[in-house]
Amino acid sequence: MATLDQVTATPSSLFRSGKSLKRNRKWALIASYACLILFVIFFLFPPYYMLLTSFKPNQVIRSLDGNPWSLWTIIESGTLDHYWNLLTNTLFPTYFVNTVIVTLLSVALSMVISVLAAYSLARMRFIGSGILATGVFLTYLVPETLLFIPLFKILGTLGLLDSIWGLVLVYPTLAVPFCTWIMIGYFGSIPKELDEAALIDGANHMQMLTKIFIPVAIPGIIAAMIFAFTVCWGQFIYPMAFIYSNENLVLTAGTVTTLIRGDVYHWGGLMSGALLAAAPPVIIYAFLMDYYIAGLTSGATKG
Amino acid sequence: MTEKALEPGDVAVAVGPVARPSRATPSLRKWMRRQSTVAFLLCFPLLAVIVGLIIQPFFYSLYLATLNKAETAFVGLGNFLFLFKRETFWMVARQSCLFALSAVFFKALIGFIAAHLINNIPSKGQRKWRGMLLVPWVIPLSLSTLGWWWLFDPAHSAVNWILEGLGAGRVPWLADPFWARFSVILVNVWYGAPFFLIMYLAALKSIPEELYEAASIDGANAWQRLIYVTVPMMRNIIAITVLFSTIVTFANFDIVQVLTQGGPRNMTHLFATYAFRLGIQSGDIPLGATVSLFMFPILAVFAFFILRNIRRRVREI
Repeated sequence: MATLDQVTATPSSLFRSGKSLKRNRKWALIASYACLILFVIFFLFPPYYMLLTSFKPNQVIRSLDGNPWSLWTIIESGTLDHYWNLLTNTLFPTYFVNTVIVTLLSVALSMVISVLAAYSLARMRFIGSGILATGVFLTYLVPETLLFIPLFKILGTLGLLDSIWGLVLVYPTLAVPFCTWIMIGYFGSIPKELDEAALIDGANHMQMLTKIFIPVAIPGIIAAMIFAFTVCWGQFIYPMAFIYSNENLVLTAGTVTTLIRGDVYHWGGLMSGALLAAAPPVIIYAFLMDYYIAGLTSGATKG
Repeated sequence: MTEKALEPGDVAVAVGPVARPSRATPSLRKWMRRQSTVAFLLCFPLLAVIVGLIIQPFFYSLYLATLNKAETAFVGLGNFLFLFKRETFWMVARQSCLFALSAVFFKALIGFIAAHLINNIPSKGQRKWRGMLLVPWVIPLSLSTLGWWWLFDPAHSAVNWILEGLGAGRVPWLADPFWARFSVILVNVWYGAPFFLIMYLAALKSIPEELYEAASIDGANAWQRLIYVTVPMMRNIIAITVLFSTIVTFANFDIVQVLTQGGPRNMTHLFATYAFRLGIQSGDIPLGATVSLFMFPILAVFAFFILRNIRRRVREI
């Protein structure tokens, strides 16, 4: 315990010593871990069960006997059939390609728009720039479910309904306000001495942006990109409302609407589809967790 | 850091040394004019997105809401009056409020408790626990809800398997109105609580240790330190997170659409799913637009409070 106490030594524990307090602290720590384990179980059991189901053969899924939670069944009779079937017999690969195209284009578009605007809003002044900064924040609060019906009509007028290009057009509305908002913050924290030095050296705006602001604010750019990627990849109501032919669907809407068949025991395929569709954001999160969390906490994200 | 932009003065200060008016010569003034043109041009794509894809659609939906189903005739407030006369609409309104308020309450509570637990353990292990607990927030909501749907399956519910093992009866998760409402709230709490956890953990870490030291010297126990130090220091972030989350939860679509599609008997519909059912699935676009417009007043009220809150915080700094 001595080492643990050194690690966690909060000032309060420095002021109070003695065996009973140390024992209290130890019990508090054990209780914290016990509760955390309960929370981890609560938060992780649905993905665990999805993973388990995706490897179970149909007769095991169908059967009502046995422990549905047991890892033993998939060690014994696990199968990759659901994944194989998903990749060869369904439109899942098409959805995947559509999602990648729509997401990458939307993220690129959103980042260009937000970085340019944030540079201008953080460093320059023009009539209404203050109002615009507040406006960016307000539009960030507008939920997509408020606007999907007028956007449906607008895309209809433009002839972009049932097309992934329509999604590329509307997805930036999800990411641009937030990305601009956090980029204003990151750019604003860059010391003005850097601009002055660059101005004296005769840099123009483009050079200032690409040689100073973007390199210095790389963590902010990564955080904004992760945010844009996550919201675009997971967007559900827009493809549900704007896309109606199967081959133009993206992963979220496609998995939910077309992988469910008349067959009652479609669960294995459905779960493998959901997991594969969710994999890219989860993998990005696993590798870039610190940027992800920096993005979340720096702008008070939607939640 | 991010709240800076909200204070118009801040943006003005950020112009840099060239903008100092005392030294303005004609050529410098010309340079500044050119600079403000460049500034406007850089903001133009942003303006185009905001005006073209957010503001214009909003006013367009106000216009749509005054048309008849075929969009051929002006009916004034006819759609609103029609909705007011329908019992289903009032049920949707009540359910949206119940859903948002209870889900946000439990998300905030669970997030608050879990943030304290993580803050209690040695800092070496915190990253790992935080990483695991944030997973529900990372999985796209419509896809994780599919997993919950399977957990709630009438015949094969794995949750019921555990409940039976514990001696409790089987629960008709999505068939019974009460349990269906409970289920959609449960999934929302599961999805959103990690977000509160992260925000509150960041807030906890920003509280200076000296405050706890002082409180300990004055003889405050753990409970008193929580009530008199932690909560007042976190008040702002708690307020902002709750306000934000209320807006988003109120406008939620994914969970109900996947889990119950509004059933049983429209009892779990929220404004978003009801608007989708009427506007897209039944093809009555004006009526759907009318329903989704009802989210706007709530949004406006909460946005007002968030903005006031942030402004006040800026002044305090």
